[in-house]
Amino acid sequence: MATTQSTAAVAAPRSPYGRRKTTRGNYELYSWVFMRASGVVLVVLVFGHLFVNLMVGEGVSAIDFAFVGGKWSSPFWQVWDLLMLWLAMFHGTNGVRTIINDYAQRDSTRGVLKGLLYLAFAIVVVLGTLVIFTFDPCPANADPELLASFCTA
Amino acid sequence: MPTAPAGTLYRGREGMWSWVAHRVTGVLIFFFLLVHVLDTALVRVSPEAYNAVIGTYQTPIMGLGEAGLVAAIVFHAFNGIRIALVDFWAKGPRYHRVMLWVVVGLFVVTMAGFLPRHLMNVFGGGH
Repeated sequence: MATTQSTAAVAAPRSPYGRRKTTRGNYELYSWVFMRASGVVLVVLVFGHLFVNLMVGEGVSAIDFAFVGGKWSSPFWQVWDLLMLWLAMFHGTNGVRTIINDYAQRDSTRGVLKGLLYLAFAIVVVLGTLVIFTFDPCPANADPELLASFCTA
Repeated sequence: MPTAPAGTLYRGREGMWSWVAHRVTGVLIFFFLLVHVLDTALVRVSPEAYNAVIGTYQTPIMGLGEAGLVAAIVFHAFNGIRIALVDFWAKGPRYHRVMLWVVVGLFVVTMAGFLPRHLMNVFGGGH
C-alpha cells in the first residue's frame, strides 16, 4: 500500500480557543489556595493553644483572669493569639461562605446570610484585636486576689 | 452484566463522608470561635465578669462539650491536611481512601492522649 499522507493546510481559526471569557478574576482560586495555606498554619497554632490551655497544669479548671493576664503580658502569646484570631476568622468565614453559596438557592437568602456572616466577622475580628492590644493584666481598683502574681509583686 | 443501581441518589463512600464530616465539624468550630472571642473579651470588662463566665466552662457538662469540640478540631485538622495532600501531592488522589484511615488512626491516638487528661481536669481527679 503506497498511500501518502498529505498534510492539508488547515485554515487558522478566527479567534483563539477559549472555554469561557473570564469576567470575575481569580478570586475563587485565591480563596482555595488560602484555605489550604491557612489551614496548615492553623493546625500548629490551634494545637499549641489547646495544649497550653487544656493539657498543661490543671487544664481548663486553671483558666481564670490571672491565667489570661499571665499569657497576654507576653508579646509571644499576643502575636500567637492575634495570628490565630485573624487566620481562623478568615478561614472559618470563607468556609461558611462556601456552604451558604452551596445551599442557599435564592439570591436574597444568600445575600442576607452572607451579610450576617460578614457582620459577625467584622465584629469579632475588631473586638478580638482590640482586646488583645488594650488588655491590662493589672487593672487598678481590682481585687488583687484575682490578678496574676506579678501585679502585686 | 453490571447490576443496575437501585436509585439515582448518589451515595459516595469514604470521599463523600469525609467531606460531610469536614463541613459539619467546620461549622461547629466556627460558631464556637465566635462565642469564644466574645467570652474572652470579658477580660476587658472586669476580672469578676471573666471569671464568672469562664467558670461555666469548668462544669462537667461543658467539660464534655469541650471534649466534643476538641474531637471536632482534631478531625478537621487531620482531614484538612489530607485534603491538601489530595490536591497538591501527585499521588494524593490515588491514596485519598488510605489517607482517611490514617486520619482516623491519628484521631484515635490524639484523643487517647487528650481525653483522660481533660476528663481528670474537669471531674477533679487531681485536686
